[in-house]
Amino acid sequence: MSSPLPKVPLPQVEPNELESELYEVRKTIYPRAVHGLFAKWRWGLVIFTQVIFYGLPWLMWNGRQAVLFDLGARRFYIFDLVLWPQDFIFLTGLLIISALSLFLFTAVAGRLWCGYACPQTVYTELFMWIEHHVEGDRSKRMKLDREPWSAHKLGIKAAKHGIWIAVALWTGITFVGYFTPIRTLLGEFISFNLGPWEAFWVFFYGFATYGNAGWMREQVCKYMCPYARFQSVMFDPDTLVITYDPGRGEPRGSRGKSVDHRAKGLGDCVDCEICVQVCPTGIDIRNGLQYECIACGACIDGCDQVMDKMGYPRGLIRYSTENAMQGKHPEEPTALRKIASHLLRPRVLIYSAILATVVVAMTASLAMRVPVKLNVLKDRANLVREASDGWVENVYRLQIMNTAESGHRFQVSVRGLPDVRLVSETPVVTVAGASSVVVPVSVQVDPAAVAPGSHRIDFEVRAVDNERLSASSNSSFYVRAP
Amino acid sequence: MSEFTSGFWSPYIAIITLASVIGCAVFLKATGGKRRPGGEKLTTTGHAWDEDLQEWNNPLPKWWTYLFYLTVVFGLVYLLLYPGLGSFPGLLGWTSVGQYEREREVAAKEYDPIYEKFSKMDIPALAENAEAREMGQRLFLTYCYQCHGSDGRGARGFPNLTDGDWLYGGSPEAIQTTILDGRHGIMPPMIDAVGGAEGVKAVANYVREISGQKPFDPVLAAEGKEKFVVCAACHGPDGKGNPAIGAPNLTDNIWLYGGSLATITETVTKGRNNQMPAWKDLLGETKVHILAAYVYSLSQQKK
Repeated sequence: MSSPLPKVPLPQVEPNELESELYEVRKTIYPRAVHGLFAKWRWGLVIFTQVIFYGLPWLMWNGRQAVLFDLGARRFYIFDLVLWPQDFIFLTGLLIISALSLFLFTAVAGRLWCGYACPQTVYTELFMWIEHHVEGDRSKRMKLDREPWSAHKLGIKAAKHGIWIAVALWTGITFVGYFTPIRTLLGEFISFNLGPWEAFWVFFYGFATYGNAGWMREQVCKYMCPYARFQSVMFDPDTLVITYDPGRGEPRGSRGKSVDHRAKGLGDCVDCEICVQVCPTGIDIRNGLQYECIACGACIDGCDQVMDKMGYPRGLIRYSTENAMQGKHPEEPTALRKIASHLLRPRVLIYSAILATVVVAMTASLAMRVPVKLNVLKDRANLVREASDGWVENVYRLQIMNTAESGHRFQVSVRGLPDVRLVSETPVVTVAGASSVVVPVSVQVDPAAVAPGSHRIDFEVRAVDNERLSASSNSSFYVRAP
Repeated sequence: MSEFTSGFWSPYIAIITLASVIGCAVFLKATGGKRRPGGEKLTTTGHAWDEDLQEWNNPLPKWWTYLFYLTVVFGLVYLLLYPGLGSFPGLLGWTSVGQYEREREVAAKEYDPIYEKFSKMDIPALAENAEAREMGQRLFLTYCYQCHGSDGRGARGFPNLTDGDWLYGGSPEAIQTTILDGRHGIMPPMIDAVGGAEGVKAVANYVREISGQKPFDPVLAAEGKEKFVVCAACHGPDGKGNPAIGAPNLTDNIWLYGGSLATITETVTKGRNNQMPAWKDLLGETKVHILAAYVYSLSQQKK
């Protein structure tokens, strides 16, 4: 934006040190459990997203699963909505909305998605919660891992992995339950009777959950996730980030609660390292914004607790912006409101406007969707033929698709040429719910009334029992020169 | 393979392929695979960007190198098992034709029972069965519509299947036989037998008369009636045709090639030669059975 980004000085390391750093074996991170405002938010979102994820496939609707993506039949059922391959545009819209939301939220508030709603974070949080309850808190876990193997340690580890695997398998079944009815799926799973693809995806997704949330954890965010790498292009100096206030905290150092640290020349940071211990990606936020930071706010919660104990004001580590930190606009005393006023900038407004447009367009087209579709296919082997009374005749196949769930009867009609008439064995076609029917029809005109050549004609199907249900499609009618 | 290229090239292709694969492995070994011995200094590649952004001359990560070696091994094993090395057929004996046959067998195992279920029902009963009709329509729209049209109403030279008028008979058995074995309809050129162009003109007018079409010349028609004796051998003395040999009924107003005077004249003069292909080998008895029922149902609707 306005000022060039500050250059971060390279750490001066010997080449061989650098190499050993690159090839370093990963050190296990033992995050300490944390309580506070942001932890509550995260848990709230974990519960919210998982109640939806685990619960949704069990809902029933119209005698079928409420949300079912039936890939075999190529029908997506979402409550009252039945989507067909022709409705693929809605998926595009959904993806555009998701991408734009990600841009918008990132520009405004950084990696909100990562810290609160990303499945990697959510499942890591769940798995760490299980770990915490089976193995104990951070110091107990570190002690246990240092111990030699014993029956006691084996028991605890087996219990942890057993629960993890159970949760992971349940996640795999739930995932596949969105694509194949979950009630039969569960029965098949219990009786070891899964189809090959169902089995593959249940175990693949289960294994991915177990591996990613149990073992990989922050490495997914640091090394595998593309979003971590390109988020920087959506950041600017006015983006909310989690940041340590060095002006207030430095110089850091330990001190007694009763000591007047200002007199000793110390800042507010007591160097307790709580912010490092709670960090799920194992960074020290006091070194500034780093790409590993998933913006989960654990360090804010941890630091605020310590500040409360010390009797200092909260917010040594807080949500702020680069500009606010550099004093571009005074943030005290109503800090957040001031920062918020600076968040309304062109980038944010443009993202919001595009997002709103797409959302409105999507919603409107979904709401106005007529659940009938018509495809017309002209017979091409015999373009033109003569009816017994001398009129010229073209043959078409009409594919009538009823994308609603109740059956309808459709009247077929044609117009576009003088005296055009439609000949069909079945002028009124019954189409069952969520299915399609092919109807061959022939269209006849008087060759005396229509010039030779190609003419546009329009077919229409209209439900006999509901005037609103109609669809039309055009095709060509050929008249041969005599 | 050797059907398309001369066998001469096969060893050269094999050698070039193998040399490329092994060359990749040698190149990998020579350039990237090795870790530096302890104490050896790393160097930069000598480039610098943005003042201090430098590229270190690091070896490839081990797992990455192993992945490359793995592709070499995979390639060699693949070339051993499957055809790919000149004309060497591979140890597994895999061919695309064999693969196709296997897939056909799998498909047959899945779909045959569906057709079998219907092959035990007789055709008039099948014609009433909604599921069989749906399957029949799909077969018809795949194999038959090119000639007979999507609606089965035919075209010039291709019979209308919905009008209840049949060249070879419209019984379920006759329809099934027509589809299974095909038909070859021949009308010989009759110009010489009826006495030249004048005779043809007379016969054509008579045919117009018995088919109930107007206008026709009554004088010529009376003359044509006498010449019709040679036609009666196939079409019968009264012109009502003979389904046993596929001779059309001339007394109705249903025409395969058209009933105008000009068309009838052409037919009598030059004759007609028409063929319906046999579908037994391509579709098999069970599918034809369903198809016959669908065609039968088309003709029944008119009545």
